[in-house]
Amino acid sequence: MSVHEQFAEDLALYALNALEGDDRAVLEKHLAACSECRLELEELRGDGALLALSTIGPKPPARARQRLLDAVSKESAPTRAQNARKMGHPSVAPRRSWWRALGWAATAAVIVFAASLWKENAVLRQSLASASAQGVQSARELEDLRKIAAPLIAPEAQRITLVAMKTPPQPQGKAFYLRNRGSLVFMANNMPSLPPQKAYELWLIPIQGAPVPAGTFKPDAHGSATVVNPPLPSGMEAKAFAITVENEAGASTPTMPIMMMGTGE
Amino acid sequence: MKSGDQSALAELYDRYSSVVYAVALRVLGDTGAAEDVLQEVFLQLWRNPGAFDSARGSLGAWLAVITRNRAIDALRRRKPETDIEDVIVSVAPDLAGNADRSRAAEKARSVLGTMPAPQRSALEMAYFEGMSHSEIATKTGEPLGTIKTRIRSGLIALRKAFQT
Repeated sequence: MSVHEQFAEDLALYALNALEGDDRAVLEKHLAACSECRLELEELRGDGALLALSTIGPKPPARARQRLLDAVSKESAPTRAQNARKMGHPSVAPRRSWWRALGWAATAAVIVFAASLWKENAVLRQSLASASAQGVQSARELEDLRKIAAPLIAPEAQRITLVAMKTPPQPQGKAFYLRNRGSLVFMANNMPSLPPQKAYELWLIPIQGAPVPAGTFKPDAHGSATVVNPPLPSGMEAKAFAITVENEAGASTPTMPIMMMGTGE
Repeated sequence: MKSGDQSALAELYDRYSSVVYAVALRVLGDTGAAEDVLQEVFLQLWRNPGAFDSARGSLGAWLAVITRNRAIDALRRRKPETDIEDVIVSVAPDLAGNADRSRAAEKARSVLGTMPAPQRSALEMAYFEGMSHSEIATKTGEPLGTIKTRIRSGLIALRKAFQT
């Protein structure tokens, strides 16, 4: 990552909230104008996260889960709406749609899990049924979900993954897209790692017009990645989805070649 | 209240609560205080789930950073210094699974283990004790510039270990 060298060390301290005084003020002024240093700050926070994740310890006590869910139950919808208004937000609608999408993501993750782990099929069917019942609000969404899930979880379904002989696992991506809401969940596996300043970018290819950026992502150490609900115009019909390699900040038009592409099933 | 929202939160809790609790406990050293931070972090996510930008990084890493920041605030008995929406974390591993997390923790500890003791100590004082660089310099009796260099190069060493 190319950063302004004079700020390199202060950026690291700032990422840990350990920079103070005039140095902090000078850096914040620079950050407001320098996108390269903002990206480096995000990377340094990520490095700090690795430090945080070096910790291991006991699991939280079982009561903590119930305590959280009790607290959440007490926060009634009207109270949250009032809070949102106090904070200057007109309504809580965006938050709700985010949670719905997240419910979709969680459920979709369960589906993928079900497809890959044959032995746990019975348990996962129960999980999926439970997630379906609780996580999906409208009958239509539930119906969509059942349609998607049925071939994946039916006990009589055969599950076969075909790959080329004597080749490493191939990159694979799955996009779940709800056009009327502009909601998208995308999951990828076996993605090759990228140079530090590069990222994959997902594109929605509309029926007409130019490809629309649908989020950037970097795979984890195992080649897996997820994109949940990137900003998309609602109502746009997708002819296909595609993936290119772009600079980390993302691009507004795809850089050839297209690495992966898929049309609706 | 939509029950679906709650079940999504419960699912996230089941995946990430052990990460959040471990980080909070490492900073605070007190199970009750760590439990309070655990509760606060997930309530914040509940109240403002849009604060996490999924296109920019992984939820596990973001929660770890938010937790560390909140735990440091609690340790230093100060009001939260940063808004969670302003915290963008760019890092690849998601670490939702226990196996992934164990491997990542092992790797990070191995990197820390190979660092010179003063560097590791400076990094840990900044990250887990919330000390500023001048506080660390005062405590160790070393120049400010040395502390700055140690912290940055320590973070970069972690980054490189996870890029290979």
